[in-house]
Amino acid sequence: MQTSSTSAGHLRRAAAGMDRATLSVAAIEAFKKLSPRHALGNPVMAIVLLGTVLTLVISLTTPGALGYGLLVTAILLVTVLFANFAEAMAEARGRGQASSLRAARKDLVARVRDEAGNERHVPASELRRGDIVIVSEGELIPADGEIIKGIATVNEAAVTGESAPVLREAGTDRSGVIGGTKVLSDEILIEVSAEPGGSFLDRMIALVEGANRQKTPNEIALTMLLAAMTLTFVIVVASLPFMAGFLGATLDPLLLIALLVCLIPTTISGLLPAIGIAGMNRALSANVLAKSGKAVEIAGDVDVLLLDKTGTITHGDRQATQFHALSGIDPARLRDAAMLSSLADPTPEGKSIVKLALQQGATLVDPEHAHFVQFTAQTRMSGVDLKDASGTIQRSIRKGAGDAITRYVQGLGGASDAELQGRIDAVARSGATPLVVAEGKHVLGVVELSDVVKHGVAERFARLRAMGIKTVMITGDNPLTAAAIAAEAGVDDYIAEATPEDKLARIRQEQANGRLVAMVGDGTNDAPALAQADIGLAMNSGTQAAKEAGNMVDLDSDPAKLLEVVEIGKQQLITRGALTTFSLANDVSKYFAILPALFAAAIPSMAAIDVMQLSSPRNAVLAALIFNALVIPALIPLALRGVRFTPGSANALLRRNMLVYGLGGVVLPFVAIKLIDLVLASLGV
Amino acid sequence: MTTFWLVVVLAIALGWPLGHYMARVLRGGTAPLDVVFLPVERGLYRLLGTSANGGMNWRGFVMAFMFANAVLFALVWVMFMTQDALPLNPDAAPNMKWDLALHTMVSFLTNTNQQHYSGQAQLSYLSQMVGIVGLQMITPMMGLAMLAATLRGLFGGREAIETAEGAQAPAIEGGERDVGNFWRDVIRAGLRIMLPLCLVWAALLTSQGVPSTLQRGADIVPIDATVEMKTQHIPVGPVSAMVAAKQLGTNGGGWYGPNGTVALENPTPFSNLLETLALILIPVGCAFMVGPFTRRRKLTALIFGTMLGLSLLSGLGTIWLENNAPGTAAAIMEGKEVRFGPDASAAYAALTSQTSNGSVIVMHDSLAPLAGGVVITNMLINSIWGGIGGGVIQLLVYMLLALFLAGLMTGRTPEMFGRKIEMFEVRWLALLILVQPLAILGFTAITLAIPSLAGVSNPGAHGVSQVLYEYTSAFANNGSGFEGLADNTVWWNVTCAIVLLLGRIPVLVVPLMIAGSMARKRVAPEGPGTLQIESPTFALTLAAVIGILTVLQFMPALVLGPIADHLQLAAIAAASGG
Repeated sequence: MQTSSTSAGHLRRAAAGMDRATLSVAAIEAFKKLSPRHALGNPVMAIVLLGTVLTLVISLTTPGALGYGLLVTAILLVTVLFANFAEAMAEARGRGQASSLRAARKDLVARVRDEAGNERHVPASELRRGDIVIVSEGELIPADGEIIKGIATVNEAAVTGESAPVLREAGTDRSGVIGGTKVLSDEILIEVSAEPGGSFLDRMIALVEGANRQKTPNEIALTMLLAAMTLTFVIVVASLPFMAGFLGATLDPLLLIALLVCLIPTTISGLLPAIGIAGMNRALSANVLAKSGKAVEIAGDVDVLLLDKTGTITHGDRQATQFHALSGIDPARLRDAAMLSSLADPTPEGKSIVKLALQQGATLVDPEHAHFVQFTAQTRMSGVDLKDASGTIQRSIRKGAGDAITRYVQGLGGASDAELQGRIDAVARSGATPLVVAEGKHVLGVVELSDVVKHGVAERFARLRAMGIKTVMITGDNPLTAAAIAAEAGVDDYIAEATPEDKLARIRQEQANGRLVAMVGDGTNDAPALAQADIGLAMNSGTQAAKEAGNMVDLDSDPAKLLEVVEIGKQQLITRGALTTFSLANDVSKYFAILPALFAAAIPSMAAIDVMQLSSPRNAVLAALIFNALVIPALIPLALRGVRFTPGSANALLRRNMLVYGLGGVVLPFVAIKLIDLVLASLGV
Repeated sequence: MTTFWLVVVLAIALGWPLGHYMARVLRGGTAPLDVVFLPVERGLYRLLGTSANGGMNWRGFVMAFMFANAVLFALVWVMFMTQDALPLNPDAAPNMKWDLALHTMVSFLTNTNQQHYSGQAQLSYLSQMVGIVGLQMITPMMGLAMLAATLRGLFGGREAIETAEGAQAPAIEGGERDVGNFWRDVIRAGLRIMLPLCLVWAALLTSQGVPSTLQRGADIVPIDATVEMKTQHIPVGPVSAMVAAKQLGTNGGGWYGPNGTVALENPTPFSNLLETLALILIPVGCAFMVGPFTRRRKLTALIFGTMLGLSLLSGLGTIWLENNAPGTAAAIMEGKEVRFGPDASAAYAALTSQTSNGSVIVMHDSLAPLAGGVVITNMLINSIWGGIGGGVIQLLVYMLLALFLAGLMTGRTPEMFGRKIEMFEVRWLALLILVQPLAILGFTAITLAIPSLAGVSNPGAHGVSQVLYEYTSAFANNGSGFEGLADNTVWWNVTCAIVLLLGRIPVLVVPLMIAGSMARKRVAPEGPGTLQIESPTFALTLAAVIGILTVLQFMPALVLGPIADHLQLAAIAAASGG
């Protein structure tokens, strides 16, 4: 299976580190991004670029300013390059992910069936929405679509990175298929659901490349705030020469530009695009395809998570967990009878009965002359008739719902049993489904079928709770069963016997109470709820309708994935906030470095406020500028990785981040600028 | 020191019940003394007609505010320019020139009371009593009304905070919310809060010897009579009523040009205590009002706590700096009232600039340079108590900014009281951030660039401080002067009028716009992931945001003004000492 060198595997690896190729690509991109058109997208860096040009002009036209002026110009240019590099770095990593995705999109030829039933060969890139294509065993699925006929096992490793094949079936909640994945068995008819260029893979590639990246509303708001701060500093610096002029002092324009660049929030502005792109990349590394950055971001605010029980909390197929023999019946007899009746039963329930019986000491026999009775909707029973060599029925075993078996037994002249009803009710109360086994006209006992909660689900819900997210389980089960499963899975609330309208109503009700609702679902009947919810996380295995309605698709079809998405969303906001705080806090100490230097020549008594005692005014400005430039690449890893999020109280989080990025942001430049100054002095600058 | 602590303790002791009373007056439902006030209010509502009935959305409220401002603008301007022809002018004050009249009117309309004139000589009794005192009574209550509306908006509208105790606001999104009725708020606040307090203060001040008469002042022979000045005219008038209003209403504009430094405005230690207390009484009441008014009682703790912390820091700092100025103690007493001494003077200077009052008992020009720097910083922050209504509004603006950052840092889309702070709000916040440096630094730079405009009495750093102070005081709607400026020129009058309006209208209207937009939003209930804003952590974050924002924007100007002034003074002191 050569496709197991999967793109998703690449994604995870690419996210882990920065390889040399990525670095060099990003370095080249950083220069390309010097174009004014790109600069205009980021007002803060545009000011720095303008400052660079101005310092260059000043150093070339002012006598005696050449050497120092060019040095300042160079540092400013490097500042812009570092910011471009940060953005290019995030994009390059995205492109790395994209190229491995592209490998999955080969030049496929599709077999399209027209209305008349004729087949013709069409390049996959020309498939339109609504086309019907046939895909057989061993072929790659040419486009995203929905199975309208047939059932198949599909290897989706090319997209999801998961090598275990998955079952896809028409008319179920698992009917969606993705272009580029491979059919391993059987033949299916698929209705194409994506226009050319609009497929899953295309969207993923576009997203990871950061092409046409839409800034999220929060990012735009922050950009606006930073632009206002920048304009403020332009006013501050522009007013200085006039004030100083009144004092009879002339300020060096080079130093004024340097001051402006140090004050405007270059650090956060340089890293802002990288933070946004990295957030999308992290979501993708978690195998979640978000339709927009905004979706990831608001996931951080989710208050309530609604999820469908089947396939999300539980495996969705009931498993035999216990045999309850009636009094006077040997438990082994019930066990063996149940096993015999299930030997030819292909359903998961049947298989689980055999498995449980074997675990409890039954020996597997292969009875001769056995006639298996299939389950039908009329009898609602299945079972086995064991015959002797002459063909006479020796034993006749049936299993089925309580009322069906009772009717069957009564038909044979057996008596209904008061004890049986008690057992059936007891099993139902515990959240399980009772299956009654009878041999001939004698009822033997009850098999308890339980819906098994997925491994690890309870712990993940506990973590969600620690983040302040309430989980609500939605199920079609009766209230008794629902309550039992809810308790076992550790969800906070449940809705039993739920209809699609109930889901929608609950979401609207939570939203009316001001809560932000996430919905996890996979079925077509989940689509309205997925659309209504603030975050709709559709399972990749789900129907096309569900995937269209949601704003995220989980490629692993793991409902607890929301946990990761929430963390990524929160991390993204924290990173933005922390670096903004850091950037502004830096200014306080930069003032201490630059203001004395700026005024020292003109106003000698200003020497008194020179607390940092830097080697010379010119070196002070250089040191501040160098720090200002270096801090951008130093923080790239943090911007790409994101500031750590620890579940806990918001106040503890704020306290920690204010200490690290606020107080740290004031202290660090003092130390760093002093050190840079020492280096400059020792170099004899 | 004693005066300072006494005032702080008294302001808290009286401000607490006052705040609760103010909340009851501005909320729907019954309030004390309805028997007396309701009939008067009903009469006034009838005069106003339909506009006094029913609620207004934020647009309606802003329109009413602007309309009231426009009417007062026109009336008072005309009155000042024609006062000679109007009655009640025993001292024959001449008509004011258009630009001085404009500046004076705008200055009182914006609750600033920056004075480029000397009241005793240039205003008639009618102008003082109707134009000046009228605006001094009305404009603080307009500020209070804007605060009430802003708070209503931030909590989802009037119904949301006036429904039964503890009832949660309906969380349905969209739809404009009722933020109250402007006319009703102003009338109720004026009749039930401002008027009674002014009556009490005026009576107490009269008892201390502050003039209260409509007679023309006496002409007396001074004991040091010379050929040039054989007799001296002692200007009097209904002074105590005006002093009460100027102190209580964060106004600051005195009857006399030199304000509270004139013994007739502030004759005794008790009158000084009364006047210093009155500086911060209603502003402290505003902080105490927030909790009971919004039914989020702990919010008072955050707002009052933050303001008190900053107030003590700046108050004690000013007193310390004043006592530890470079140079001899005698030199630093220039321009100070010996009756009060440096401590009481510094305490008054700190409190008058923390609130947007601006009345003075010491020429701020004469403060130690760094103490003057603290006074400027107080005005730049403009929400350590701040103006009536305006102070808390400004703090809410700082809170929005702090919550934007803090929200991000806790991993949630920023929100305030459960409502998201989004693009619309941030765009207007950004504008508010910009207006202040643009107005203050812009005009300071232009004025200093053309020395003929400045008219400063001092060269060098002190001159920078004078100009910076004048515009800062105008923008903060404080109104105190650094003095020493020849400020009755067309340039100063017109530019200050512009800065005054920029510091009043956007600063009150934009937060109400933001509140109006927030009111319509979905309210997220508080959960375990919600930031607890009534906590020391957030209070410190808020204080840091206030401090850093001010420092970042005005540090260079402060370095070139007060700090350079201080360093030069220190250098001279060191040279003469050594």
